[in-house]
Amino acid sequence: MEKNKDKYVSVFRKSFSLDENFDVEALSYQDIPSWDSVGHMSMIADLEEAFDIMLETEDIIDFGSFKKGIEILRKYNVEIE
Amino acid sequence: MWKLNDFDNVAVKDDNGKELTYKQIASFSNDFKDIFNGRNLLLCLCKNSIGSIIGYITFINNRQVPILINSELDISLINQLLATYKPNYLWLPKEKTPYFDEYEAILNLFDYNLLRRKYFNDINMHEDLALLLTTSGSTGSPKLVRQSYKNIESNIKSIIDYLSIEKKDKAITTLPMNYTYGLSIINTHLYAGATILLTEKSVVSKDFWTFFKENNATSFSGVPYTYEILDKLRFERMNLPSLKTMTQAGGKLSLTLHKKYANYALEHNKKFIVMYGQTEATARMGYLPADKSLEKIGSIGNAIPGGKFYLHDTDSKIINEPDVIGELIYEGGNVTMGYAQSITDLARNDDFNGILVTGDMAKRDSDGFYYIVGRKKRFLKIYGNRVNLDEIERMIKNDFTFIDCACSGFDDNLYIFITDKNHEVNIKKYLIEKTNFYQSAFNIICLDKIPINDSGKILYSELEKYYS
Repeated sequence: MEKNKDKYVSVFRKSFSLDENFDVEALSYQDIPSWDSVGHMSMIADLEEAFDIMLETEDIIDFGSFKKGIEILRKYNVEIE
Repeated sequence: MWKLNDFDNVAVKDDNGKELTYKQIASFSNDFKDIFNGRNLLLCLCKNSIGSIIGYITFINNRQVPILINSELDISLINQLLATYKPNYLWLPKEKTPYFDEYEAILNLFDYNLLRRKYFNDINMHEDLALLLTTSGSTGSPKLVRQSYKNIESNIKSIIDYLSIEKKDKAITTLPMNYTYGLSIINTHLYAGATILLTEKSVVSKDFWTFFKENNATSFSGVPYTYEILDKLRFERMNLPSLKTMTQAGGKLSLTLHKKYANYALEHNKKFIVMYGQTEATARMGYLPADKSLEKIGSIGNAIPGGKFYLHDTDSKIINEPDVIGELIYEGGNVTMGYAQSITDLARNDDFNGILVTGDMAKRDSDGFYYIVGRKKRFLKIYGNRVNLDEIERMIKNDFTFIDCACSGFDDNLYIFITDKNHEVNIKKYLIEKTNFYQSAFNIICLDKIPINDSGKILYSELEKYYS
């Protein structure tokens, strides 16, 4: 479980180029310039690769925050916490 | 420009449910009349919100001359524009007010404030000049395109004609309003008495689609990257009964995606229209009619009503034979007055005289349809935005002293070649900050030396092997 969380956090850090001190857990879509539509699709692609899943359209557009993402990934049997 | 009093219906509605009728906008426009003395230059920091759009309508209708830029543009780049043009007024989102010491707030309307310069500046502007747009919005270049009232109206009328925009239409915003394509949607729908659905949300967000569906949006517009995202979202599976028209401009869509959307539109009784334009032509120059979208995949069609296309060979002679590549030339009432690079240029007469040398290389098939095949000028489109490669080089060289660099690449992929590996991370960070483009647009490559010829000019052709 802890490993999934690490993976999840590191996808966020990498996709939105955030350093280790940045609090990703409070992050929502468009909070920072790098989480725009291009960044969003890149983050989704990285998550799909990291957890070997394919997200449905509905889930891709609903993926509006770090916290919401945890709920969504649960549907794909990925437990973050 | 817009006959606001001719319509009773809702002109704009935002995603918080706030809406304004044409009559209400007309009354705001009237209130603003007394604030201005003579014609003034304004800088508008735009977003797709009620305040932003009302300001724009009001300024144009009261013959004030706005420069439109994105409200998210880096503050140092905004300051460069202010230093060059010294506008008397700023129209900006309330929260940006404290950034500008030389101005004081004199009025608030919705989410926007009007700021006035403490030291007024008399600027001599040509009487036909209506609007100034940037050539390369993301780099804050002082080079602006001068659009006249006649240009805007001419382009509006011909777009309404070929897209058949009607009062009952509802266009949803998907592009920034300071971007010529986004602005053309606003201009035309207001002229036709239609409704504009304003949102800052993008197509990857659920709120966008909820807003779309709840308000039965009828049209939708996108740059190639928008259509790539929609494809990944499996757009064809979305149920959008209200949607009538999908337009595409801002660069060349891949042939595969063109075909896919043309097919989708055909099967779902919608129209998919590929278009071509430039800020220098107000917005639009060409379009491929929906009923030809499958037959002429990859084509930009032909000139819009009232305009004409032809091709020039290297001696500027007109090419008459089909399938020969030449530079695309456009003539029409929407060809703008030219550029401005300084305050004094705002008084200039029409430099283009109705003829635009596009800088795009194209060919025409035997049925008269045009195809863009390349570009003469050194620029790329990044997510639909024009980015001047020389300007990026200049920015880097300015802010990183003693650096050797060269920029090249292809659409959505900018390559920055440098010789000092220590700068790699910083340059990427710098460009993301300045342009607001997502990191994957930038690729930094470190070379032993930048290839140059005997006279010291960079040999860009030798850089191609690193990205092709």
